[in-house]
Amino acid sequence: MGRITLDNVTKSFGPVQVIPPLNLTIEDGEFTVFVGPSGCGKSTLLRLIAGLEDVSSGEIRIDRQDATHVPPAKRGLAMVFQSYALYPHMSVRRNIAFPLRMAKMDQAEIDRRVNSAAEVLNLGDYLDRRPGQLSGGQRQRVAIGRAIVREPAAFLFDEPLSNLDAALRVGMRLEISELHERLRTTMIYVTHDQVEAMTMADKIVVLRAGVIEQVGSPLELYRTPRNLFVAGFIGSPRMNLIEGPEAERRGAHTIGIRPEHIEVTEGPGAWSGTVGVAEHLGSDTFFHVHETGLAETITVRAGGEVGFDHGDRIHLTPREDLIHRFGADGLRFE
Amino acid sequence: MATQHSRSAARFMMAPAVILLLGWMLVPLTMTLWFSFKKYLPLRGGDLGWVGFDNYVRFVSSSSFWPAVQATLVIVLGVLVVTVCLGVLLAILLDQPMWGQGVVRILVIAPFFVMPTVSALVWKNMFMDPVNGLFAHLWKAFGAEPISWLSEASLFSIILIVSWQWLPFATLILLTAIQSLDSEQLEAAEMDGAPVLKRFWYIILPHLSRAITVVVLIQTIFLLSIFAEIFVTTQGSFGTRTLTYLIYQRVLESQNVGLGSAGGVYAIILANIVAIFLMRIVGRNLDA
Ligand SMILES: Nc1ncnc2c1ncn2[C@@H]1O[C@H](COP(=O)(O)OP(=O)(O)OP(=O)(O)O)[C@@H](O)[C@H]1O
Ligand SMILES: [Mg+2]
Repeated sequence: MGRITLDNVTKSFGPVQVIPPLNLTIEDGEFTVFVGPSGCGKSTLLRLIAGLEDVSSGEIRIDRQDATHVPPAKRGLAMVFQSYALYPHMSVRRNIAFPLRMAKMDQAEIDRRVNSAAEVLNLGDYLDRRPGQLSGGQRQRVAIGRAIVREPAAFLFDEPLSNLDAALRVGMRLEISELHERLRTTMIYVTHDQVEAMTMADKIVVLRAGVIEQVGSPLELYRTPRNLFVAGFIGSPRMNLIEGPEAERRGAHTIGIRPEHIEVTEGPGAWSGTVGVAEHLGSDTFFHVHETGLAETITVRAGGEVGFDHGDRIHLTPREDLIHRFGADGLRFE
Repeated sequence: MATQHSRSAARFMMAPAVILLLGWMLVPLTMTLWFSFKKYLPLRGGDLGWVGFDNYVRFVSSSSFWPAVQATLVIVLGVLVVTVCLGVLLAILLDQPMWGQGVVRILVIAPFFVMPTVSALVWKNMFMDPVNGLFAHLWKAFGAEPISWLSEASLFSIILIVSWQWLPFATLILLTAIQSLDSEQLEAAEMDGAPVLKRFWYIILPHLSRAITVVVLIQTIFLLSIFAEIFVTTQGSFGTRTLTYLIYQRVLESQNVGLGSAGGVYAIILANIVAIFLMRIVGRNLDA
């Protein structure tokens, strides 16, 4: 149904190669998330799959059929854009029906599909409004509605929630996950939100400058990052990376320890330092610890009740079994 | 600018401009109304006293009145259709990335800078002249009989000349409108399976509707009073006598100021009727 394969795909804009040869397979029904820093080529990759950009070389296959030069409309994919890209002069109903009208479907079938999509997305009351009269979250739902009525082989989302406020984002995140549970259609989702990537994905693809750094399930990436880049990118707050004698003592060039894997105590511990900023989130507290002699700042995550303050002298003890070791080449080893 | 004090200060400072504009408008308007009720023949006795609605009745019952109204409307409508259609096409073309875009855009805008009198003379003498005009040569090259444009296809020729002048204006406004279209909308439509023509019809054209409304409104206001193009080409003959031109003839050629003024008042009424119609038809595009 919706297996997408990229085979040595490259993309250049003029002389600049944005995507060097890239291989990737997205299995049918999988929820795949592309993450990476800004400008790393996530949107470009998505647009290549959608057919909105031509590949410079390589092959894209959808369901084992060569789709490299198939026009976007014929690929059977639906895309949800960051700006929603709703048609402002059409009512919500006509927006959702647009792809079906273009496919010359008969009116009864169009009505049936639009109504069922509206029901799924709670849009029933808004069908006769224009997009301009809707809130951000409602617009987002219309955009998703326009995508699902086509019953596509796969959905492509380009940062669909980045224009929404935090509360709404959590809600829509759940809705999209639920939609995926129900439809079981392949979804490719671009984001640079850690939480979205970790919570929604079956598979995360970490990109840097057009190169895939690692592919794996969220927990795989969290537990066994392949290299320093992935280690630093996945997880929030970021993993502490420490070089020097502490690392050499453990036979590595660099060691990494996540903030949640360090214990904070007043009494004796492996390392010591001075609390800089303490961020109290209620459930957790993040301490930014200085003067440890390890790295400029060590971030530590402690329970919400731990009450150290700026300037306090504290002791830190990492959990030895959860320390990641990296070689001089940046790769992780056991 | 919201306090009582700043508002009265603003009023005070705007007063000179407002008074000047009011005077500019009211003085000619009142004089036109004043003369339209008089028999006033500057070279044949001057002011011959009040005549009531005589001038109004005579102006409408003259055999040239309805043809003039018709010629005016034909020219206005013709030019509107040509400029909007070609304007949309040109705007889409100019929006495509191409080599020498800057120069091409300036060339497209250029006709707008040419004075109406000059451009009409250029068209008359260089293109439409039945002996030496470019069109005549073109026709002869194909073995056809040259057309004397301004007498045989006079209305069409005037529409052509005026359209040529107003096309840049329409193109410019429509181009800026096209450039403000979110490209993701077009991409979304492309993914939704809309081919080029449907994208134009369902996405681009509705997006342009507001700009087209503006073009139609502004052009209508100016086109109702075109004069120079007719003055230097046909002089109002061959069915090109518009209302404006008829009034001019009444006042200056027949030296009948009263009759001309009555015509002026009719022109004002006609312009308002057209404006109300336009507002009704297209005005709702503006508040959407
Ligand atoms: N049409 C284009 N012409 C030239 N360069 C482009 C074009 N589109 C994208 N690029 C370049 O390609 C690179 C990748 O862009 P892309 O939009 O895919 O990044 P991204 O990962 O989506 O970033 P973000 O998270 O900020 O959206 C960028 O360096 C960008 O400058
Ligand atoms: Mg992007």
